[in-house]
Amino acid sequence: MAASVSAAMQVSLWQVLIQRRSVLIGLIILAIIALAAIFAPLIAPYEPNAMSIRDRLTPPGGQFLLGSDEFGRDVFSRAIYAGRVSLSVGLGTAVLASLFGVLLGLLGGFFRRLDGPISRLIDAMMAFPDILLAIALVAALGGSLFNVILALSIVYAPRIARVVRASTLVIRELPYVEAAKALGVSTPNILVHHILRNIVSQLIVQATFIFAYAMLAEAGLSFLGVGVDPSTPTWGTMINAGRAFVGTADWLILVPGAAIVLCVLSLQIAGDGLRDALDPRLAKEV
Amino acid sequence: MLRYILNRVLGMIIVLAIVVTVVFVIVRLAPGDPAALMLGPDAMPEDVVELRARLGLDQPIIAQFLRFVGQIASGDFGESIFFDLPVLEVIGQRAEPTIFLTLFSILIATSIAVPIGIVSAYYRGGLFDQGSISGAMLAASIPSFWMGLILQQYLATDAGWFPVSGYGGPDASFADRMGHLVLPSIVLGVVNSALIIRFTRASMLDVLSDDYVRTARSKGMSERRVVLRHAFKNALIPVVTVIGLTFALLISGAVVTERVFNLPGIGSLVVGAVLRRDYPVIQGTLLVVAGLYVVINFLIDMVYLAIDPRVRY
Repeated sequence: MAASVSAAMQVSLWQVLIQRRSVLIGLIILAIIALAAIFAPLIAPYEPNAMSIRDRLTPPGGQFLLGSDEFGRDVFSRAIYAGRVSLSVGLGTAVLASLFGVLLGLLGGFFRRLDGPISRLIDAMMAFPDILLAIALVAALGGSLFNVILALSIVYAPRIARVVRASTLVIRELPYVEAAKALGVSTPNILVHHILRNIVSQLIVQATFIFAYAMLAEAGLSFLGVGVDPSTPTWGTMINAGRAFVGTADWLILVPGAAIVLCVLSLQIAGDGLRDALDPRLAKEV
Repeated sequence: MLRYILNRVLGMIIVLAIVVTVVFVIVRLAPGDPAALMLGPDAMPEDVVELRARLGLDQPIIAQFLRFVGQIASGDFGESIFFDLPVLEVIGQRAEPTIFLTLFSILIATSIAVPIGIVSAYYRGGLFDQGSISGAMLAASIPSFWMGLILQQYLATDAGWFPVSGYGGPDASFADRMGHLVLPSIVLGVVNSALIIRFTRASMLDVLSDDYVRTARSKGMSERRVVLRHAFKNALIPVVTVIGLTFALLISGAVVTERVFNLPGIGSLVVGAVLRRDYPVIQGTLLVVAGLYVVINFLIDMVYLAIDPRVRY
């Protein structure tokens, strides 16, 4: 039964991708940006750190497609390479936050004794503004790429946990879970095969939003100078470096900013479309 | 009802206790000796020993925790290493721009979002509705600091409509200081209006299909009256919750926006504290902001209880 429900959901996920044009468009834009980042060495016309003082602050067009920065580095090449870091932070956070969140949510939703403490922990974690908590965590852990991902995962895991817990509470009471229990299926087995499999689609929707939030948060942290090492090009560090030239070389902040907006927007469109398609009740309301 | 209130108070105290524990753990995640980190690499060893003793870091971790909880409970949030002042006093000195920035942005976000949400729901599926949904999504995708930098350049530096940055200097009047918050508040308000638009719209859609709205219409009441008096009044409740929840979003946005406009608020205080490794300030700010969030949302729940007879938990 669980397997067939899950299979039905997987089918619907594929159908959503094909039928919902908004989801498809969102994912295509994201895929283009991701592919550009992955194949950066092949696409970028210049080395991201290659300086040419003679060509500093060259406007877009001509030799530099999207202009050059204060050290004469090609903004287009840097933006593509920066995408690698920004997207890694988004994806890494979405995956790690989902792992933490699923663990907490499943335990809280399935075991009544753990529900109280876990729910209160989720409430407490969500009381911290995301950037503020991330700043404090990065300050304590250190500003490496992995630590930024870890910090943002701790920040966003409670959001996933809350959704997983709510769904688990409902699924726990369904007859097929009762039946599985009666048949003597082990608890870990029930959790993974009967419950987790049935919330996968919801999880994907949430993870898509976390991907987007994490990219915004990373940009914010880098802009504040408390994120990844400032010498690493991310879209946030590029904006931070370019702010001194707003008014004279606007492209230095416009290019990385537009990249962030495009990525976050496409993720939100995809997440929204997926959610609407998977939950027709919500499609009507939101 | 009394039982519900008592339960909620108890729940709030437990959440606050966890908040305190989380903050305690975060600050101790830092590898190495916090006292040595705070004083920097050039510190004299005896100064490090003295600071360790002053902060109680030479005691077992449980004793440190109990001491920390005791201090927080008695309102002692420690002393800033850099300013050499009580943390609460330092936060108090920096609170004004952040509080007013947050308040103004809530006002701006609400006054943009609520009318758009109502009209969107009323003309559901129409051009305005689709436009507002797309607009909300776009607004939620823009980093507030990026929009801040762009508007600062075009509306403040070039057009001269707003002060470019800062908080008006030490002798600035209240009106002058508030004037410096207008553009940052617009930025933050617009970016954060998205969530409120969506909630107002969803909540209005729910209410517009209710029986009493149909009854009001069938009585021949004007559409304007039906929508504003009957529907909106009832749709307002979920909207108020969201406005409460956006508090955390706005504080996050304020932290970054303050940096764009060089506002001497809580955001710049925390960022400065991180760069100076002033842990008591980081810890104190987290406690104050998260504590406020918990209390504000508790109060919103209590307001419900008072104004909505349907809430009988």
